[in-house]
Amino acid sequence: MTAFSLDITLFALKLALVFFVILTLAAYLVFAERKILAWVQDRKGPNRVGPFGLLQPLADLIKLLTKEDVVPSAADRWLFYLAPAMAAIPAILIFSVIPFGAPLTIYGRHLPLVVADLNVGLLFFLALSSIAVYGVAIGGWASNSKYALLGGIRGLAQLISYELSMGLSLVPIVMLSHSFSLTDIVAAQETVPFIVYQPLAFIIFLLSITAECKRIPFDLPEAEGELVAGFHTEYSGMRFGLFFVGEYINIIVLGGLAATFFLGGWHGPLLPPTIWFSLKTLAVSFFFIWMRGTLPRLRYDQLMHLGWKVLTPLALVNILITGWWLMLK
Amino acid sequence: MQIVSDIKAILGGFRVTLAHMLRRPVTIQYPEEKRTPYPRYRARIVLTCDPEGDERCVACYLCSAACPVDCISMQSAEREDGRRYASWFRINFSRCIFCGLCAEACPTMAIQMTPDYEICTRDIMNLLYEKEDLLIDGCGKDASYNFYKHSGIGVAQPRGEGAEESRPVDVRSLMP
Repeated sequence: MTAFSLDITLFALKLALVFFVILTLAAYLVFAERKILAWVQDRKGPNRVGPFGLLQPLADLIKLLTKEDVVPSAADRWLFYLAPAMAAIPAILIFSVIPFGAPLTIYGRHLPLVVADLNVGLLFFLALSSIAVYGVAIGGWASNSKYALLGGIRGLAQLISYELSMGLSLVPIVMLSHSFSLTDIVAAQETVPFIVYQPLAFIIFLLSITAECKRIPFDLPEAEGELVAGFHTEYSGMRFGLFFVGEYINIIVLGGLAATFFLGGWHGPLLPPTIWFSLKTLAVSFFFIWMRGTLPRLRYDQLMHLGWKVLTPLALVNILITGWWLMLK
Repeated sequence: MQIVSDIKAILGGFRVTLAHMLRRPVTIQYPEEKRTPYPRYRARIVLTCDPEGDERCVACYLCSAACPVDCISMQSAEREDGRRYASWFRINFSRCIFCGLCAEACPTMAIQMTPDYEICTRDIMNLLYEKEDLLIDGCGKDASYNFYKHSGIGVAQPRGEGAEESRPVDVRSLMP
């Protein structure tokens, strides 16, 4: 086997593994969410399909695939077909810059456990997370339904109010690690995770990514109490499934990012690096589910208020303090 | 400070949900585990017999009159010994609301509620219970009660022979 083909094989293997793990994890996160929400509400949750209901995601998949795929007659067909993919693909793409383990050496070859070690990884994440909202907006627009349109508009309006504070909360991370590359950011946290230096930035980032993946208490684009199902009201079958699985991939990916930026990435004592990374990612995901079981939905103007008048100024002040502290050091 | 109390309130909510997460679920997995109903649970209606084995129902129509959804119907008849009975008796369980007013109205303790709540069926016509479906062998509640021992003029025993009764007085012999 030539060196080049070995490289290609290793890379393809890595890609396949990442895809498999992410998609399986997303499916089981749905299951975990249903279980945990059930426990919060003193119920048992799904336990009919397979032992402890563990085959539930499979049953859900079969159900979604065999359902009728309804396209509203007044819908903008091509945009309607495009939107679910636009919601799911950026979520998966973001994962390509996250280092999920310590670099390995296989057959004397250096194999970094990250799909693409971009030197602008952080900016890549910010750019893609902005693109992800196009799926929501286009889906809401193309459905030609007032609920979907309102959901899409809310998605866009929500984007401008949280994206700013999310970006600003990451500036101190860049200042501390002197790099945009996620691999370098993880390397900078070898001894102390950044959450110790930046608790405020962590809280701002956590709130912003909750809004980013449209979770309660910031699930205004869906808002099933007011907008039926928001931007995906008119979607059915696997198209709805793509929106759905995209949301959960988003949770995993953003959980992974929170782990990478603030919780020390794959660094940790005793356990292997990849296990540490998974644990931190799942801990953040669990927090999202726990939060969904606890908090009610914010009103539209309350989210705007929080984003513009609280989080963004706090993030700016945090940057100033971090700069001042770095200068004194 | 407003913000401190707000954060306290939110964290309190998180504490409550975490506590409930660790609590045992209250769900009863129905077909596998069944809750034992209380003895006075109101479900399937039966017609009981008196201790001597005769059916208690005297076809007085009080149950059918008390029924708020009119799901009880019957036809009264009389045996040669003067004892009344229902020639047919029908309860439409697809209309019954299990309120128990029929059992309350019954003077002979014939119609009674039982805790057997699993009477659903796929065919609605199967919910039309005829007299032979309703009649049971036992006495149900008030096992020793026998209506004709207390009332029913000259049917089961001569006048005045029943419990807590005294023989009728001949008014002509009631001289001062």
